[in-house]
Amino acid sequence: MAVIRDVIPVFELYQPTTIDDAVRLLDQHGADALVLAGGLDSMDWLKDRLKKPRVVVDLGQIKELKGIREANGGIEIGAMTPLTEVVKHPIVREKYSLLMQAAELVASPQIRNQGTIGGNVSQDTRCWYYRGGWSCYRAGGNICYADTPTAINREHAIFDADRCVAVNPSDTAPALVALDAQMVIRGPRGERVVNAEDYWIGPGIDITRMNVLQPNELLTAIRIPATMAGAQFYFEKVRDRQVWDFPLVNVASAIKPNGGNIGEARLVVNAVSATPKRLRSVEAFIAGKPRNEETANAAGQMAVQGAQVLRHNGYKVPLVRNLVKRAIRGSEGGSWTS
Amino acid sequence: MDFLRYGRSPWGETIAQHVSWNLFWASLFAGILFFLAHAAYMLFSAHRKRAAAETDALEASRRDLPAKIERHNLSARLFHWVMAASMFVLLFTAFLPVVGVKFAWVQWHWIAGLVLTASIVFHIIHATFFLDFWSIWVGPKDIPEFKAEMLREFGHDVPGPKPGKYPLGNRLYHLAIVVTGLAVTTTGLFMLKAVRTPMFVRDPYFISENWRGFTYVTHGLAGVGLVGLVIAHVYFAVRPEKWWITKSMILGWITRRQYLEHHEPSRWRVGAAAPSTGGAPKTAGQA
Repeated sequence: MAVIRDVIPVFELYQPTTIDDAVRLLDQHGADALVLAGGLDSMDWLKDRLKKPRVVVDLGQIKELKGIREANGGIEIGAMTPLTEVVKHPIVREKYSLLMQAAELVASPQIRNQGTIGGNVSQDTRCWYYRGGWSCYRAGGNICYADTPTAINREHAIFDADRCVAVNPSDTAPALVALDAQMVIRGPRGERVVNAEDYWIGPGIDITRMNVLQPNELLTAIRIPATMAGAQFYFEKVRDRQVWDFPLVNVASAIKPNGGNIGEARLVVNAVSATPKRLRSVEAFIAGKPRNEETANAAGQMAVQGAQVLRHNGYKVPLVRNLVKRAIRGSEGGSWTS
Repeated sequence: MDFLRYGRSPWGETIAQHVSWNLFWASLFAGILFFLAHAAYMLFSAHRKRAAAETDALEASRRDLPAKIERHNLSARLFHWVMAASMFVLLFTAFLPVVGVKFAWVQWHWIAGLVLTASIVFHIIHATFFLDFWSIWVGPKDIPEFKAEMLREFGHDVPGPKPGKYPLGNRLYHLAIVVTGLAVTTTGLFMLKAVRTPMFVRDPYFISENWRGFTYVTHGLAGVGLVGLVIAHVYFAVRPEKWWITKSMILGWITRRQYLEHHEPSRWRVGAAAPSTGGAPKTAGQA
């Protein structure tokens, strides 16, 4: 239904230079305002004329939102930091290479130059019924067109669907959850910090939003503690087009070895539900076990328990099973880094 | 103020999708305003009750009545409280997310909806075959009672008819609950067909786009209506002069004096005077 007209709707453009000003503007205009980071998600909505905000708040002029700093033994990444900068940053490469791998697999070099880490984690879902302007649950309607017997739903959820079956398309999100990151959010009442794991919300909680941000709030930074720094990391993304595409499924794992066995582990898969899915039961299962084929096989089986497939996305079950297996055992395609 | 929210069907038609949540706030406000207005009115009201001397005389002349008169049997009470619990779960799960308390509400909502539906089905059967079905309904026969009640509200001592088993306000409220309750449960069952449950395979095409919109709008209208109705009900349940009725819904009985003070014995016959139904002799309070 969407027709690209290439002429975006009329809006008032604000380009604040401080976070406080940006938050003030968002508080003033509420749901009438659209936040513009790198613009790669937002401009689609505007060009399709599916979102017609009265106000656009462009964060591009706010210097305090950019850059990577060392903080409390870990790092703090400004939400407006381009993905390319994340990929190239020496501390990220040295201690948090999981994030480097994930960010490097986002789309294309041009998009990574323009796209920001805050935008990547906060982007909207890619469900084409929703993005095509259909009046679905997520758009405020009363049906999920992707969860109908005749729907084209190859990319949709196999876990935790609640009326809506859209998935989170971010590559950096599962890496951040695996790294035990925290999201710093600024609103009119001040700053709050939420664990990355709690940043995204599923349709059961709020069917019209992908994350906890209120209309008057802004993601200002992402803090990655030293908790998993230097652990053994694995990231693999499966996509239709290897040049650049959204994930069909991606997996991120961070494992601290304990002697010859697996110590503390964090495993996350994405693009299988509306939020990055942390596999807690798998983490508990593999802790203390040797990192071998047997453990990996059992973990893979465990990872897909409870999956509910749609008409065209059944392939995601073996995909998740095998990606989790490889995340534990290692593979030829993707390898452990630390 | 918007009353409805519209969307577009895949064929480009404009269809109604939901009621506007403005109506929720309107119903909440109306319910609260009603109880504030009524409470203020009752502070200064000239409402006339049966005189104590008259009740004394009645009680002395009706020693044949049992000291405790059954008003609601166990089945009726269980139905009432199960329905009340499910109604509260339904309202809270429906409207807490609207006011900003976010949680996974859908599963709790449809489970409570099924409990409410089952309790209503039970009530219809129970009331039709085991209770005096017509005692709760209002009709032209109640006009004299309505006139008498109005005159009493304005301070007149009126000898006119007292209520039968259920006061007029009770019966009017029941009528409103029947309309909204049946609307909300019937539409809820249609909506349930589109949700994933362990009971059956969901079918979002069970009804057409237009009918789906109509179903959601009706469900929403009944839902927001129930907000005001439930506020009014809870308010009356805790009012001091109505507490004897609430207590009877807990214990099942009222005293002989309460029966004689608040009811017209000729319209709610108990004891030996009770009419029989279905061939079985009626004991006290089974009307």
